[in-house]
This record gives sequence, C-alpha cells and structure tokens, in this order.
Amino acid sequence: MEPIALLIAASLNAGTVLAIAALGLLINEKAGIVNLGAEGMMLCSALAGFAAVVHTGSGLAGFVAGMAVGALLAAIFGVLVIWLNTNQYATGLALSLFGGGLSAFAGARYVKASLPEQSSFAIPGLSDIPFLGSAFFRHHPMVYVCIFLVLGMIWFLYRTRAGLVLRSVGESPESAHALGYPVRRIRLLAVVAGGALCGLSGAYVSTVYTPLWVEGMIAGKGWIALALTTFATWRPARVLLGAYLFGGVTMLQFHLQAVGVNVASQFLTMMPYLATIVVLVLISRNPTWIRINMPTSIGKPFYPGS
Amino acid sequence: MTDLSKRSLFKAAAASALAASLLMACGKKEEVAPAAAPAPAVAEAPKPEPLKAAWVYVGPVGNAGWSFAHDLGRKAVEEKFGDAVKTTFVESVPEGADAERVIRDLAQQGNQIIFATSFGFMEPMLKVAADFPDVKFEHATGYKTAANMRIYDASFYQDTYMAGVIAGSMTKSNTLGYVGSFAIPEVLRNLNAYTLGAQSVNPKIKVKVVWVNTWFDPPKETEAAQSLINQGADVLLQNTDSTAVLETAERAGKLAFGWDSDMSAFAPNAHLGSAVVLWAPYYIQTIEELKAGAWETKRTVWGVKEGMNDLIKISDNVPAETRAKVDEIKAGLKAGTFEVFTGPIVDNTGEEVLAAGATGDQAWRDKVNFFVKGIEGKVPAGK
Amino acid sequence: MLRLEARAQPSAGWAYGSPLLALVITVVVGVGLFVLLGKDPVRGLEIFFWEPIKSAYALSELVVKATPLLIIGLGLAVCFRSNVWNIGAEGQYLIGAIFATGVALQADADSSRWIVMAMLLAGALGGMVWAGITALLRDRFNANEILVSLMLVYVAIQVLNYLVYGPWKDPAGFNFPQTKTFEAAAQMPRLMAGSRVNIGILLALAGVVLVWVFLFRTRAGFAQQVGGLAPSAARYAGFSSRRALWTALLVSGGAAGLAGALEVAGPIGQLTPHVPVGYGFAAIIVAFVGRLHPVGIVFSALLMSMFYIGGELAQSRMGLPRSITGVFQGLLLFTLLACDTLINYRLVWSAPAKLQAALSSGLSLQSNTVGSAVALKDGIAGPRLAEEKN
Repeated sequence: MEPIALLIAASLNAGTVLAIAALGLLINEKAGIVNLGAEGMMLCSALAGFAAVVHTGSGLAGFVAGMAVGALLAAIFGVLVIWLNTNQYATGLALSLFGGGLSAFAGARYVKASLPEQSSFAIPGLSDIPFLGSAFFRHHPMVYVCIFLVLGMIWFLYRTRAGLVLRSVGESPESAHALGYPVRRIRLLAVVAGGALCGLSGAYVSTVYTPLWVEGMIAGKGWIALALTTFATWRPARVLLGAYLFGGVTMLQFHLQAVGVNVASQFLTMMPYLATIVVLVLISRNPTWIRINMPTSIGKPFYPGS
Repeated sequence: MTDLSKRSLFKAAAASALAASLLMACGKKEEVAPAAAPAPAVAEAPKPEPLKAAWVYVGPVGNAGWSFAHDLGRKAVEEKFGDAVKTTFVESVPEGADAERVIRDLAQQGNQIIFATSFGFMEPMLKVAADFPDVKFEHATGYKTAANMRIYDASFYQDTYMAGVIAGSMTKSNTLGYVGSFAIPEVLRNLNAYTLGAQSVNPKIKVKVVWVNTWFDPPKETEAAQSLINQGADVLLQNTDSTAVLETAERAGKLAFGWDSDMSAFAPNAHLGSAVVLWAPYYIQTIEELKAGAWETKRTVWGVKEGMNDLIKISDNVPAETRAKVDEIKAGLKAGTFEVFTGPIVDNTGEEVLAAGATGDQAWRDKVNFFVKGIEGKVPAGK
Repeated sequence: MLRLEARAQPSAGWAYGSPLLALVITVVVGVGLFVLLGKDPVRGLEIFFWEPIKSAYALSELVVKATPLLIIGLGLAVCFRSNVWNIGAEGQYLIGAIFATGVALQADADSSRWIVMAMLLAGALGGMVWAGITALLRDRFNANEILVSLMLVYVAIQVLNYLVYGPWKDPAGFNFPQTKTFEAAAQMPRLMAGSRVNIGILLALAGVVLVWVFLFRTRAGFAQQVGGLAPSAARYAGFSSRRALWTALLVSGGAAGLAGALEVAGPIGQLTPHVPVGYGFAAIIVAFVGRLHPVGIVFSALLMSMFYIGGELAQSRMGLPRSITGVFQGLLLFTLLACDTLINYRLVWSAPAKLQAALSSGLSLQSNTVGSAVALKDGIAGPRLAEEKN
C-alpha cells in the first residue's frame, strides 16, 4: 500500500507544478490574452529561483525571484500584444523560444551547482496516519499553497467586483471600454499576474521539485499547462484536478517500470502527451460547451479607438 | 497585392547569389583540403611548437560527472607537459550531425590529436578522420576504428562490483536500486557487477532498475530515484551523469554512490563512495606515444589495474570488515588475480551465461545482454 | 512625449525595413552581451557573420544547415498565411525521417540509387500523415491545432526512441540505440566532393519557386490566404475553409517530413536519437523573419544558419556557451514582432494629454475606420478558434 500512497504523493507534487502555471495562464485567458510563452517564462524563472537560492540560501528568495522574472517577461509580452497589438500567438512563441535560449545561456554556470540541504516537511499528527499521511500530509508547503491559490482564484473571479470586471474584459473588451474601464491596463495586470504565477511554478520546479538547474528542465510542462486551461474549460477547480491527473500520469511511468511492468518505456513516457490530446479532443468536440465557457475575446487584439 | 518587378528582382538576386556561392564552392575545391601539418617547416625555431590537443565533451564540464572527469584528465595533461602541449576543449557538443562540424573545425584549427568522449561521436569522427589522415583521432566507448582513429574505454564494472559489496552490507531492506541510462552492454555489465558484488556478502538482496533513456537529465533522474525509493530500495547506484540521484537519496534518508567523479560533497549523509574513472594516465600515455611517434591504432580497455577506475571516498559509516573486503578486491584487481565475472553465473531466467570455472573475458563482457539472477524485470530489448 | 499613431496605409517601406531593423537591434544586443561576458565584441561579430561565409567549405556548411530550415519554413509560410498555427513541424520532421529510414533499411548493397527518391517521397508522406492527425482533430473535433501539433512533437520523439532502441536497432551495433548506417545507395548523393551539400538545396530552391507561384499566381493560393486574412469574406466567396485547413497542414507537414528525410539521408546517414535538433521550431522564426514570403525565407534561413554555425564556432573559439544561438534567434523574433508595429503605426512626438483628448474625440471617427482596416490587414488577425463559433 505504501508505494501507492507514495505514488499519490508524487502525483500531487508533480501536479502542483502544472496547476500553479495553469492558474497563471487562466488569469491571462480570462482577460482575453493567450500567452504561449509559458514555457519560456517558466524556464527563466526556474533559473532565477535557483540562482537566488544558490546565492542567498533562502527558499523564499527563490520563489520571489521566480515570480519577479515571470512578471517581468510577461510585462514585456503584455506591452507588445496589448499596446503594440502584435499577434498574440507569434509573440508568445517568441517569448518561449527566447526564454529557452536566454535561460540556457545565463544558466550555463549553474549547471551542476547544488542547493543547500532541504528540510523535509510533515504536518505534525496528520502525517502519521497510515497511508493518508504519506499520501497527503508530507508535502512541501507550496502544495498546500497551490490549493489555497485555487480557492482564492475562485473567490476572486466569481465573488469579487474586480474579478467580474476582469471577466467582462475577457468577454467583450469593447463593452468594458465603453463602460469606462481601462481595458488595456486591466489586461496588462492580468498578464503580469499570470506571469508571476508561471514564475512561481518555474521556481518551484528548480528549487523544490528537482533542486538542480539544467537547460530545458521544464521539458514541456509550460505547454501542458496551456492545454490544461483549455480542457478545464477555464475553471480553476477543474484546473487543479486536471493538473493532479497529469502529475499522476507522469509519475506512473517510472512507477510502472520500478514495479516491473513490461511496457516499452517510451510508450509510458508518451502517456502525458497523448492524454492531453485525448482530453483536448473530448473537450473541444462540443462547440457549444466551448462557446459557453471560453472568454470570447481570446486572442483578438483590442483597439480602444474603434 | 504583389509588385511583380520587385518580387522578380528579389528572386533573381537571391538565385544568383546562391548560384554564385555554389560556383565558388565548386571552383575552390582545393581550399577544403586539410592543412593539418603539425610542426613548422623551419627547424631552427627556438622552441618546438606546442603539440595541439583538443577534447570534445558531450555535456557541460560543471563540477562533477562524466565530462568533468575527462576534463580532469585534460588538465593533468596540461600540468604534466606544460608548454609543450596546448589543449582546448569544446563542451556540450550534441551527438549527431553538428558534431562533425565541430570535430572538423578542430582538425582544421591545427589540432594534432582529438579526443571525442561519447559514443555518439563515433560516426562523425570517422567521417572527419577520413579527411584528415595526419591527425590522430581518439574515441571513447566506441567500437569503430581507422588507421588514424582508435578507441579507448574504462572498466566501470569493477567499481560497481565493489560498490555492490558495500551496498549488500549496508542495506536494511535488502532491496537495491539502479538508475540506468541506456540498456547497452556497458550499463548492463555495471548493473550485473553491482548485483554480484552485493550477493557475495548478502545473498538475499534483490535489485530494481529504472531506465531513464538519457545520460544526463536531473529532473528525470530525480523522479526515477524517487520511484525506486518508493519501491523500497535503500541503496542506489546510478549510471547517469548528474548528482540528482545522490541528492534524492540524501533527502529521503537513504544511501547512494557517486558516479564518474568524486561526489562526496553533494550528500554528506547518503554518500557511501564514488565509482570514478580517471582518464589522466591514459591521456598522458597517449600524448607521450604521439610525441615519440609511437601512436598506433588499437583498442585500449583499462581498469583498476592501470589506475583508470577506482571506488573512492568510502564513507566512515561503512563497517571495517566490509572495507577490508573492498581493499582485498582492489588489491586483487590491481594484481590481476581477481576477476569480477567468474562462473557459474546464471541470468534471471535461469539460463546459465557463464560456466563454472570460466571467467568472462573481454569478448564475453562486450556482449552482456542479460540480467543476472536477483535483478527484477527483463532487459528492455531496446526499450 | 512619444506615442504611436496609426497610419492611414500600412507602410511598404517598413515591411522590408522591419526585419532589417530587428537584425540590427539583435546585433547591438549581441555586442552588449559579448562585452558583458568579457569577450571581444569585434571577434564575436566576426565569428557570427564572417566565419560562416569566408570559405567555400564554410559556405557549403551554411547551405547544408540552411536547407532544412528553408524547406520547413516554406511549408510553414503557407500554413501561417492561412491562419493555421502548425507548431508541431518538429514532430512532422521526425516522422518524415522515420518513414525515410523505413525505406532506407530495405536497401542492401545492390539497391539502385533510385531508392533515395523513394526515401524522400516516403519522408514527405510521413510528415503529411503526422500533420494530418492534427488536421483531422481540428476538422472533426475543433481541437486547437497549436496544442495538438505540439503534443504530437513529444509523441514523435518517443516513437523515434522506441524504434532506435527496439525493432530498428543495428544488430551489429553493440546494443547502442541507432540504426545501421545506410547503404551507400541509400545516402544522398553529394553535389560536389569536399562538401556535404546535396540535392536538398536544389529541392529547396525549387520549393521556393513553387510556393511563390502557388501563393501569388494561383486561385487556390489566393483562396488559401483569404481564408486566413478574412474568414467571413472567404466563406462569402465560397472558398472552403476545410480545404484551406487540410492544404495548409498537409503542405507544411509534407515539407517538414521532406526536410527530415533529407537530413537523415544526407548529413546523418542513419536514424539516431539525436535527430531532433529543433529545426521545426527554428523554422517558425525563419518563416516570420522572412515575412512569410518564399524569397524572404531564403534569406532568413541563411541568417538563422549563420546564427547556428556562429554559435558553434563561438563556443570552440571563444568559449561562449552554445546557447547563445538560442538567445539570438529568440531575440530576433521578438524584435521583429516589435518592429513590425512600425508597419502599421508611426512614432510621433505629440502634445500633452488634455489637448490629445480634445483632438482624438474629433478624430475618433477617422481612427475607427483605420482601426478596422488595420485589424483586417494585421495579417494573422487572431485565431479561428473564436471566429468560427460566431
């Protein structure tokens, strides 16, 4: 039973990475902006976070650094797509490619550096419960922070005025503009906030999840996070569940190998990506469902003059 | 929508530019011929021109691991020969078509001997070797040679056998873990030796393996190590290039070994010993052969005896009795009286792969394609 | 204060000038980087822009490197002009290489040289099949082609690994993951001795002409692009958006697959796990920097190759990290996108805010029409994702 509990724990851990990044992308998309640069932002933030911990020894510094870098890159992206109206897809892609190159370049001296020793975490009392303890109560605080973030996001989006304004900007920026809201500034805020969350996720990967730096270490998680927002139909709670599911699929491949299941390891490695495609298809099949849930102005440029 | 004249002009310009360059390429064929003549023609030079040697690494040098170990060897050459040898290196060269360009560039830059330190450089190096007959090429861990290209390799399995002895005596769960890179004979040898070594002191152990299909990928290595630990393994060995496995063991309170170079600094509690390779003796000897004009193509496989392999920095937590056994094995390897693979050896399907009384020689070792008894699972037939 | 003002007409001059300006900015940043790293910037520039072209051999290597970028870029140009976002060219490249290998492995010492043609056709077919999956899922299930094609890249990598570790592994290869080296007959004939240039470049140049003719001289090509620029207008004119989708993906997939086949039959000569090097992604930059125009793409492919080769040389000669190439390439695309604004907007010094407000309320009617004209002409104006649901 213990290995199963540990597998669940590993899935939650892996899922946290995806969930936090996906939440960031969710904010973007609720405001109508698609940021394909998630992968690049996460890579640069991972490096920043890692470097911060190497130099200061503080895990918190790592997270802050990651968030700052993510926000900065997102801000550059935001200015380009919101004020200069560059194509969102191309710009996001450029950010991903640039972020990949920049992180590899700046990170060259951090490869094979290592972080100061990490403490292990356990919630006193709860973590001793057999099975449940190992599965749920021995995680790094960020796993729990992630759950709170999801709750906070739901509250913000659906229970506050600011959230309503954000959503209306995403549904129809023209109407919001007519009502007098500073649409572009709101979008920029959403983009920067989203970038900060992606940055947090990136820093988590390099300072907690696998405390090392190597170029390309995000290995597609940014793209999976993008897919997550779509098939969670832009709802935070579903993002979290989807993320955990994905985390599980990722960890399953090693678990199966270690248990001795005799499937070619490459097919196991394919699983998360195939799963993404399958779920995307299932979700997209119903155009009405998409139409109801997707913020209408996604990807479209907004011109305040018009 | 289109401006016909501008477009045509552009097209013509592009086409002629390209045609011109191709024509130039045809005409200047001779320029490509290698200008790799080593020493200057003038014999009255006050000091002989330094011998230029270059190394090609597959990964970053960093401060531990495979490429780091090779670089230590390179530095030893610099120290030994001083001004007589000038070394360069190129790191993180991807195996594949680009490697050919890098190796060719090094040859064209006047290097007289080039060391390529990963299997995937074999084909590119062969191609360049054909074009530069006066330059010597050395390829690590490969199997193809040419008149001016030879191969060299180490005997990690001797290290892993000793590591196995320690693992067998330190394990409490009787389950050992192995993070494997690729299921090639070299890695299978190392894995089998690990198992045999552990079984020699603790017949009850079993070994679980996870393949990451890469030499260097810390996140994946971490996940693999974690899943082995989750399955009950408490002593880990790796055949991959980073400190991830060791550090994962440290975090989980388990034990592990360093690989390729001294990794004791990365895991004060978990580190039991580092299975290292020391390239310096081979590199130094090779340069000496080259200077003496005695370089010839062959295959060199060295181990503990020649000082190329060792298990170092054995932890103080290892009981004295085990340490004595390891020393005994080391002495036997150095003297040539101890062989790791001695029959009878049975694989984990029950088939005998080495008869009683026989020893596994180089040819036998090159073809290892099985798991010995005690290792769980099947050899991924290329999986 | 400096601000942007919409132009009445998109500037033709800046359409050509923008990539050049982007290149200049990238170079300036590059020089800054060199200085920051303590390296000689002049030597750096020399290595990136002079070394790759200074000898016949260097030029031939440039051509060898540029060929796959050019071919894939051409396919992507067709695709992006149709507003179909094929991000998975890398996966199609790999599957093309795999199909070509499948044919190559059938060869033995006596095979005819024509097997190379079969390999190339097989490669193009493989790329089309892989892109076809994306097209199918988009066509039937509305699945976003960006995400599907991208996920298929990762799947393709694993398929490649499975084959070279398993069924196609060279039996004489000591269990190393790679196929046997292709027989001489199955390797691309070189155009001239001493360089690695093969007929791939000729195919690429032929492709340039073909794509140019298709896009600018045929009705089908016109229909293809209108579908991308103004889907409603396309529908009104009776151009099938389904056909445009399939054409776009099959053309770009086939091109990428062909490039994969050429690489594997040419410079590499076998199938190994190291075939994926990111050409599919670099080609995206190539397509954009080339303004999605076949002739422009020739230049941008050469430029990108210079970055690649320069980066390699910078590593061995100057000790710079190899990843500097990625920095330049990404930066080039970024600056290009930023400079592209100059096509539709101009920079003006303007009066303070209050006066501006008074003026703009008077001018709002005018900027309204400009705004929508700009939106239409904005080439790749937003995804169909939202459009089609209307």
